[in-house]
Amino acid sequence: MSARAAIVDWARACYEDLRFSEARRWLEGGKGRKACGHLPVYAPRELVHASGMLPVGIYGGGDMLEIIRGDAFYQSYICHLPRSVVELAQSGRLDFLSGVLFPSTCDVIRNLSGMWKVLYPGLYVRYLDLPQVPDPGLATRFWKKELQTLVHDLGEVSGAPADEATLRASLGVFNEMRQLIRELYRARREAPWRVPSEELYLLLRAGEVVPVEAWLEKTRGYLKAAERDAAPIKDRSRVVVVGAFCEQPPLGLIKTIERAGCYIVDDDFLLGNRLLSREVPLAGDPLTNLAEALVRHAVKTSVLYEPNPEGKKALMKERVEAAGADGIIFAAASFCDPALLDRPMLRAGAEAHGIPCIAFKYAENSGQFQQFREQAGTFADAIKLWGGISA
Amino acid sequence: MKCFVGIDLGSTTTKAVVLGERSEILGRGITNSRSNYDLAAQVAREEAFITTRFALLRQQVEQAAGQQVLTRLLRAFRLSQTLTQLTRLSALILKEIERSVPAALRDAAREKVLGIVATIEQEEKARFEDPDPPARSDFFRDAAGSAYMRLAEERGEPSGVSFDRLVGLYDKCIIGVENEPLELGFRHHIGSALELAGNSPAVRAGVEAAVSAELEVVRSVGTGYGRARLPFPKEQIRSEILCHGLGAHRMFPGTRTVLDIGGQDTKAIQVDEHGIVTSFQMNDRCAAGCGRYLGYIADEMNIGLHELGPLAEKSTRSVKINSTCTVFAGAELRERLSLGERREDILDGLHRAIILRAMSLLARSGGIQDQFTFTGGVARNSAATRALRRLVEENYGEKTINISADSIYTGALGAALFAHREAMA
Amino acid sequence: MSEVQKDRSMVIQKDMIAEHYRQLEAAPETGDPVVYTFVPGNLTELIRSFGALPVLPEINALQSGMRGKSRDYILEAERSGHSEDVCTYVKCDIGMLQSGNIGPTGTRLPKPDLLLLSYTGCYTFMKWFELLREQYDCPTVFLQIPYQGDGTLAPEHRQYVVDQLKAEVIPALEKATGRKYDEERVRHYLSLSAQAEEDLVAVLHSAKRKPSPIDAYFGAVYYVGPIFSAFRGTEEGVAYYRELRKEVEERVARGEGPVTPSGTLNDQKYRLVVEGPPNWTSFREFWQMFTDEQAVVVASTYSKVGGVYDFGFRHDPKDPLGTMADYCGGCYTNLNLPSRIDMLASYIKDYAADGFLIHSIKSCNSFSAGQLMMLREVERRTGLPGAFIESDLVDPRYFSAANIRNRLESYLQMIEARRQGRPA
Repeated sequence: MSARAAIVDWARACYEDLRFSEARRWLEGGKGRKACGHLPVYAPRELVHASGMLPVGIYGGGDMLEIIRGDAFYQSYICHLPRSVVELAQSGRLDFLSGVLFPSTCDVIRNLSGMWKVLYPGLYVRYLDLPQVPDPGLATRFWKKELQTLVHDLGEVSGAPADEATLRASLGVFNEMRQLIRELYRARREAPWRVPSEELYLLLRAGEVVPVEAWLEKTRGYLKAAERDAAPIKDRSRVVVVGAFCEQPPLGLIKTIERAGCYIVDDDFLLGNRLLSREVPLAGDPLTNLAEALVRHAVKTSVLYEPNPEGKKALMKERVEAAGADGIIFAAASFCDPALLDRPMLRAGAEAHGIPCIAFKYAENSGQFQQFREQAGTFADAIKLWGGISA
Repeated sequence: MKCFVGIDLGSTTTKAVVLGERSEILGRGITNSRSNYDLAAQVAREEAFITTRFALLRQQVEQAAGQQVLTRLLRAFRLSQTLTQLTRLSALILKEIERSVPAALRDAAREKVLGIVATIEQEEKARFEDPDPPARSDFFRDAAGSAYMRLAEERGEPSGVSFDRLVGLYDKCIIGVENEPLELGFRHHIGSALELAGNSPAVRAGVEAAVSAELEVVRSVGTGYGRARLPFPKEQIRSEILCHGLGAHRMFPGTRTVLDIGGQDTKAIQVDEHGIVTSFQMNDRCAAGCGRYLGYIADEMNIGLHELGPLAEKSTRSVKINSTCTVFAGAELRERLSLGERREDILDGLHRAIILRAMSLLARSGGIQDQFTFTGGVARNSAATRALRRLVEENYGEKTINISADSIYTGALGAALFAHREAMA
Repeated sequence: MSEVQKDRSMVIQKDMIAEHYRQLEAAPETGDPVVYTFVPGNLTELIRSFGALPVLPEINALQSGMRGKSRDYILEAERSGHSEDVCTYVKCDIGMLQSGNIGPTGTRLPKPDLLLLSYTGCYTFMKWFELLREQYDCPTVFLQIPYQGDGTLAPEHRQYVVDQLKAEVIPALEKATGRKYDEERVRHYLSLSAQAEEDLVAVLHSAKRKPSPIDAYFGAVYYVGPIFSAFRGTEEGVAYYRELRKEVEERVARGEGPVTPSGTLNDQKYRLVVEGPPNWTSFREFWQMFTDEQAVVVASTYSKVGGVYDFGFRHDPKDPLGTMADYCGGCYTNLNLPSRIDMLASYIKDYAADGFLIHSIKSCNSFSAGQLMMLREVERRTGLPGAFIESDLVDPRYFSAANIRNRLESYLQMIEARRQGRPA
């Protein structure tokens, strides 16, 4: 087996492993090691890392977990993610976590933080209100204070509070991670036949649950191998997938979109892992820098307020141009407020610029992909027949 | 004799239970629900009274003439009912022929229909003579209906009186047969039965006692869907949740958790040691995973509902079905078949999915306490009960699971018990 | 249905609302500035101090629901691309806009001069005003109220709100209205608010009595209307609450229950606490299901969505900006789940309830996510069973009277059976 295939296999194993074995192994590998989980979309993992703990992204059970207990907590008109998250927790699969962070993604995740407090009273739980105000000064001051509180709390949990040095080091490491992710995305954008979306996705999922240092090594290896790949170029339409930033689509759906005739050249899967679009400066006060990085340089997303009235109208055009794409697939989880409420505005903006679009909903445990295959296939063909952006 | 009646108007079937003074079960009746709830209630009650009277004559006839005679008498009674209904169906169809069949075809239509009815009559009589007939549904519509379809297919002529026309006539008139109050009661049919099944003084005496017994209904209680339209005053209507809990408790005094999967809703009920409901959860906004869903699946597969379970049990590989949405049932099934999945495996996964939904509801209502009783139409499905046993054991450990063949009467039984308790209080 | 009796306070309130909509209709001529905002975290005193008129799209939506207009509006919004899964208030509002923006009382609604996006207790608010901003092309000011994740409003969060008021909200209001911030005026309005709050709380607390002179859910929708919308901090508001309190005290003296769709409910068989918003499209019908069973609601959490006053908070004129921060932070949907559970449990105890009911709304995640756990927790803590009923705010397709009645009646019969120690 090639080195590259071995890396993909490793990533796949991480993705499929709902017991988080790699994380558990890391914990056992040292005295007093702890782990702290977080829900989508964005959490400042650097701070967890700087406190000596392993940050673990919790993305539910996808289509790999049968929900027995989780459904007792949620009505049918709420998205699937919190059910599988609760299922993971109630079945003991998350028992290695010493804390969980809940960012302000939407009201479901918000309320889940409160449920966690009731269900696991001994655990550290913190809700993170991301800064939303347009004024960067106000927002930075607010967010920095939040980060300070978080650092303090995480220090109590881990017993090894972060200091300026460790903070700076962690910022550096996660800068590297984000940079490598951007490299992966660039490689795929430039030559998607070399970097299948399935492989990219598996690597990113692995990055959520393993120590970042290990991930960097494996991913660098993958990228080197991929860039040398002589895979055949296929005549596929280039699409951007928008809206799948929280509850993740099943892997089968991602594969289906590509198999149906598309290259996914940009997406917002696991957006949190690259929400900061620029390097966080290492000189100066780490928390101020990290706070500013989010306030000033966050990628546009449905979970953050858009202060510019023209922002949503232009966003899809910017995304499509940056990716050299032909069209957009709006893919949202059923009942997902952020994605579905934004969609009419984003889509109107796209269509005003003549960008072809299709839209559908999925659930993390969608079992049949027939309708997606048909839609994506027809879309890919239409783009080839009638061209991409026409305005 | 004093008796107490409970009536449960379900979405698919209406049930009635008659209790005696010591709250012993005297009789039970069941019929297809229909748009006229009053009539459904009446028919169910009449059926219950019939079985009550049979209960009355049972002991005497059995003692006097033996089990076999009793059985033959009962079957003769049913035959008499069936023949009466066939005559009625025939009359209605003949009228309909006059009304709606083109003149040129009328004679041929009449001849065919009368021929079909005559054949069904013969078949019914032959079935009566058969000592061990194959099992089938008790409802006239089902038995006569499938016979009529079969014969119409054999005898329909595409160029003349076609299969479609014959079936159309049946469809128009069957409702008329069902919606008629039973004019001829117990006395008439038992008389015919006596003629058919043979007569001895002891048997006749037992029958006479049963026929002439006066059944005085002291109190009635109604429940079920559409119960607000029952011809009872408000004080005599009880929630189907409470009736169900009490009925299950009566059947299984040790039960503390009851699951009912009906035609279009699912109920999870916790009861205490007196049969009083302490908590419940309902899933009635959407029929996913209920009886109706299984009906759609059976239709899609072109098999009978009762065949689903046995087929699913032949599965050797589990297929994960994620949605039990009735709207997509057909599409999901077709896609999986086209992907090469076997029917048995799909069905197995499907039954598991249904039970998973029920498990969530149970968890919401407070979990599964020993003993656990499973009722409703779906409880008669062997694949469903198998999936349930598995999931209960996996998640709650070993629990006693009660599944009774009579569980469809649970609600009506509970209603009758309410009637009894309130009257005797 | 026969002519429904109305209290004098209900009549006053109807007039207040009608007058307010008339003023709104006249705004383009009078030049009164118009500010759109939300019920949770509404800064009516501040808005009015600038001579502006507040518009609350949520109230427009629920009024449309009560008047049978919401179905068509929602369909209109869905036709133009809005998902069936999202908040029906938003869709009703968008649909109303797309249908000519005629408000629920039949008068045209004025365009906003400012969208005051008070981001309090609900994520959807953010999207709602992003959508409206596209339609109206007007200035928007964003006020972020931090969620009480740990059960309190931390001092730095309070300060953050005060800073935003100073740096963003007040300047935006000054710009939109052409007037300067008048702190004295604000203080004056705040003192009027406090008076009204005092009377409102007396009314809410009256439900501790037996029989309760009020229905604290359906009836309370009328009681909290003025204070949640355009009338907190106004003389009319003070007068209304004084009148309301008097009315309630008179009912107490006569030993009377509330006026309901089934008449005056004196013989109250069941005292219930309710969590969750009501259904608006079948409001009366839903209420009547309770009163037909002689059930009265003695406390509700929905009546705190625009402000929690019955645990001691009053607007404090001495600290205008700080008190507004406290007010916003304390609105019900901004409280964390454990606090909501505490509130329900304390209501059940303090108001001597026989049971509680959770009304879960399909399109509202803020209220609904977590309610099943709340149900079990409150049952566990109080030993009382809870009922769980589902429908929606203003989409009539999700209100099934038969199902709801079934669940409610079953629940009440269960309570009755437990009370008597044997089946009823």
